[in-house]
Amino acid sequence: MPIVLKCHTGIGPTVTGTALVAADNFSARYDLNRLQGTFSRPAHKLYGESYLDRILVLQTAKGGVASAWMLREMTARGMAPKAIIFDRTNTILAQGAAFAEMTMVDRFEQGDPTALIRTGDELKIEPDKGLVTILNRD
Amino acid sequence: MQLADEEKAMLAGAQGPARQWAIKHQIAVGEFFDAPDFVAVGQAHIMADTESLGEAGVAWLEELARLPEQHRRVRIPTITDPRGLDFDSYKRLRQTEAMAGLEARAIAAFEALGVLMTNTCINYQTILPPVRGEHLAFGDTGVVIYSNSVMGARSNFEGGPSALSAGLTGRTPRYGYHLDAHRAGTRHFELRHRPRDLADWGALGGIVGKATNSYWEVPVVTGLSAAPNSDELKHFGAALASFGSVALFHIPGVTPEAPTVADAFQGRAVPAAAPIGKSDFDAFFAGYAAGGDKVDVVVFAAPQLSLVEMQQVAGLIGGKRIHPGTSLIVTTSPEIKFAADRMGLTKTIEGAGGIVAAGVCFYQSYAREMAEANGWQRLLTNSAKLVNIIAGYGYKPTLATMEKCIDSAVAGKIV
Repeated sequence: MPIVLKCHTGIGPTVTGTALVAADNFSARYDLNRLQGTFSRPAHKLYGESYLDRILVLQTAKGGVASAWMLREMTARGMAPKAIIFDRTNTILAQGAAFAEMTMVDRFEQGDPTALIRTGDELKIEPDKGLVTILNRD
Repeated sequence: MQLADEEKAMLAGAQGPARQWAIKHQIAVGEFFDAPDFVAVGQAHIMADTESLGEAGVAWLEELARLPEQHRRVRIPTITDPRGLDFDSYKRLRQTEAMAGLEARAIAAFEALGVLMTNTCINYQTILPPVRGEHLAFGDTGVVIYSNSVMGARSNFEGGPSALSAGLTGRTPRYGYHLDAHRAGTRHFELRHRPRDLADWGALGGIVGKATNSYWEVPVVTGLSAAPNSDELKHFGAALASFGSVALFHIPGVTPEAPTVADAFQGRAVPAAAPIGKSDFDAFFAGYAAGGDKVDVVVFAAPQLSLVEMQQVAGLIGGKRIHPGTSLIVTTSPEIKFAADRMGLTKTIEGAGGIVAAGVCFYQSYAREMAEANGWQRLLTNSAKLVNIIAGYGYKPTLATMEKCIDSAVAGKIV
């Protein structure tokens, strides 16, 4: 049986993809080189990693209202993550996901998803049901 | 969400496709945050610089701008955060014609929507200050935290698309800081070292922000014997929002929802206070220290400078000459720039070799491209917010007082 995590209902379509996980936070403006598709803030735990087409699993969204525009702009250029899972998002990233029609969920019954999901896990996110399934582990 | 008849009409498209898109977007966000309904808002403030909009965002705005007038105009006062570029200074900052072209397109689109191009992140000092209890849809985290905390208004962090939606619909989903329940203090800090200048106030915001670290936590700071001024609270709030994603703080005896410590916590048990002393400030500054290094660019921004700060910069720089290997940039709002021109402050700063840019705030102005075009790396500023955010753009930032920043700009190295 794959592991099923229960979260609050989210935003965007059902997606599957590979997780990139860190016990760290997220701002599209301050943490990323959006031209190269990498984490560019040296203090970030994913510094140097490519986020393209990955499902990011992070703790919280940080300041930077600009991120609300940026997810859609990144999606339009094909330089976006596939989805973002937060322990708890802030308003900006939720608004940005709604604008970009990018999949985003948070608020898990089992606790902090950065402790439950590992980098490389294959995930299925069903925002309308509030479910994240870890397909490769049981 | 519970929808009123007018909201249902907007959702059905009866008021055109722009308002239909807006209310749909707001419902998606409102449902995500369990909003019971909408609340009418008095103003909207849109963060929409072209660096973050990109070509995709500008083209999307232009589509809205082509709609018939009755379908595209905002219905409440809707103002803008700093732009990506100042047409009077962009060449000196080596920004490109392509950037200027995109900026002009974005401005034309916003004007067609009836948006007032205020281009400021200090609208609470200069445009229409919020009022206690007023519901707002403000972008820019520094604007929101100041409006919520110092003025007692009610706004969430509203990103550009959501603030524009609020402008179009005249309302926003009722969640987060629109609700009394979320406005109670949740963390307690006791100040044992009074900040002396704006850099210190920003550092305090950084210290409390790092320790708080959540949009949904409300820090309460006790131990202040006298009220700070607006610029001090501006730097404190901007750094607190930047380091901690925090949208509301209380200072008992100073901020309007907290006449007493008990009020700050809405009568709930007051948590034990975490002390903040001089050593915490020293450690904060030490984290960015780079004594003796060549300084490439000195920036006064984030937030834009008030007229009083403009006078302070001019007073410190007057009669001096900035080192030829160093650039000095001051950003302010168009209104303050006009006043600074009129009062001779701009002339003093630019006469010493500085650049005064209006309607921008440095970090929203293609900071990475400016660094590459100008060969900038070591940045010195008195803004704790700026040192927090600018490293991701390839800068090495150092925090210092306004006096030290200017002395370093003259020396060409960090003194």
